[in-house]
Amino acid sequence: MISTAQKDERIIVMTAENRALVRSAPRQLGNRFIDTGITEQTMVGMAAGLALRGRIPIVHALAPFLTMRAFEFIRTDVGIAHLPVKLSGYIPGFLSDGNGPTHQSIEDVAIMRGIPGMEVYCPADEDDLVKVLPSVWGNAAPAYVRINHKKGSFEHSVYVPGRAEVVAKGKDVTLLVYGFLFANALKAKELLEEEGLSVGLVNMRSLKPADEGAIVEAALGSMLLVTIEDHLQTGGLYSIVAEVLLRHRVSGTEVMPLALEERWFRPGLLGEVLETEGFTAERIAARIKNANSFYAK
Amino acid sequence: MTNAISDTLKATALRVREHIIRMAEGGGCFIGASLSCVEILVYLYAQVIRRKEGDPHDPGRDYLFLSKGHDVPALYGTFVEMGLLPASRLSHHLSTNDHIYWHPNRQIPGVEFHSGSLGHLPSVGAGVALDCKLRGSENRIVVITGDGELNEGSVWETLLVANAHGLDNLAIVVDRNQFQANIRTEELVPLEPLEDKFRAFGCVVQRIDGHEFDSLERGFETVIKGGGGKVKVIIADTVRGKGLPSIEARADRWFCAFTAREVEHLLEELHGHAAAAIESETLVVR
Repeated sequence: MISTAQKDERIIVMTAENRALVRSAPRQLGNRFIDTGITEQTMVGMAAGLALRGRIPIVHALAPFLTMRAFEFIRTDVGIAHLPVKLSGYIPGFLSDGNGPTHQSIEDVAIMRGIPGMEVYCPADEDDLVKVLPSVWGNAAPAYVRINHKKGSFEHSVYVPGRAEVVAKGKDVTLLVYGFLFANALKAKELLEEEGLSVGLVNMRSLKPADEGAIVEAALGSMLLVTIEDHLQTGGLYSIVAEVLLRHRVSGTEVMPLALEERWFRPGLLGEVLETEGFTAERIAARIKNANSFYAK
Repeated sequence: MTNAISDTLKATALRVREHIIRMAEGGGCFIGASLSCVEILVYLYAQVIRRKEGDPHDPGRDYLFLSKGHDVPALYGTFVEMGLLPASRLSHHLSTNDHIYWHPNRQIPGVEFHSGSLGHLPSVGAGVALDCKLRGSENRIVVITGDGELNEGSVWETLLVANAHGLDNLAIVVDRNQFQANIRTEELVPLEPLEDKFRAFGCVVQRIDGHEFDSLERGFETVIKGGGGKVKVIIADTVRGKGLPSIEARADRWFCAFTAREVEHLLEELHGHAAAAIESETLVVR
């Protein structure tokens, strides 16, 4: 991000006192780095004003406060005017680990995708983020990125805007996932394959636009779809899949949501959170195996 | 200010009030709120806001943001009198065939941003002001707020941030008409002492008579001069419904929808004739 910003003087990086991820920005961008203090609403309003003047603001803050504290400013100032403001939501979902429910952004996909014209991106890791970002910055739409900078070991394919990354196709189960849970989903796939199942895996990469073709193809090609997300069950990937299958009149596919049902998650270190909530690779595989035996013909 | 200029401005203000009164017919408009802002807008567009003829997107222009969006009849009335908007479009008020409704939007040339939800445009204006500073461009950015609007914390939050960045090219004009919806501000959420509050937030503050052009001229001197390192706040003391004695300073005359006959009587009242007899329901509780 910094090297792109250094070359393109339209880019302004803004934060609401959340400097951890943008530590080098003040030194490298000078007055094109703006810290407004703990003022998400003013930050977003100012981003809209900067965008009116031809800038591309990259607005970085903790995901829950960016999306919820400033929601009306995003929807009304950025959304209605359809401005090229790129929102970067830090530590979304489980990544807020020990912070507790006040800091859990588990509804951000639901509310951001509800804004007409707003794009929603959810890269799987740092490599995916780097591949997806040029598209985010390259168009004039407002965008929300569920920031995930964790280093993974998977080399992702080139990003095609609006298209998911179909890692594998499988006849028994297809896992649909986004964000940092991709790594656990990948490992869960291997565990299920060891049990003799044919398993597909799709890294969504963006949720708005969502790759409807990939969702439908997976539904038609698998007995069971599993949506995996660190997000509430309502309004995230599970809801998106439901909408897509309804729209394309695909019936007969079982869809199993692995998501948070009407609750905030138990805070702790990330590893423990994943274990407690059932999102480690082993727990994902086990939950699917139990379900599969229920659904199996 | 010479008498000639003053007389011209007063005549313009009278015609703007006629437009506002006509917009209150049928579906209605925020007539009380709009009438208090007339001299402010007329003065700004006649004497302060620099624009290039025929080039509404000139990046060197001054910006006026109407954060008190429901004042839009006053804005459009001013646009008509400044030659920025054909009067005929005002007859499309509340028709879905045009973009003339209860709040401003950018489909109308000259409107810098849409508004309606209070407490937003100070921050949008601050963003524009910041960009101008970054580019070394000497635009003036003026944001008009209501006084009820000052209930919104985002306004004060923006002032802290704007002063932290030395945005002395930003001016906030408060249409201080003492009312918000159907209640007095001082009965609901008292704002006074208001100058003290703005000064405590780092602004340089003036308080003027919002209906006297000499007073407006004094108030906007610092905006025209520029500099100073601080956000400029001009508290303009105004009268809700100014110009129509039967509407003035009343809690129940905020949003009104009148019949054609009442509008004709109000126009006569505006020109100094007897007070209009209003039969339409005028208390709108929102």
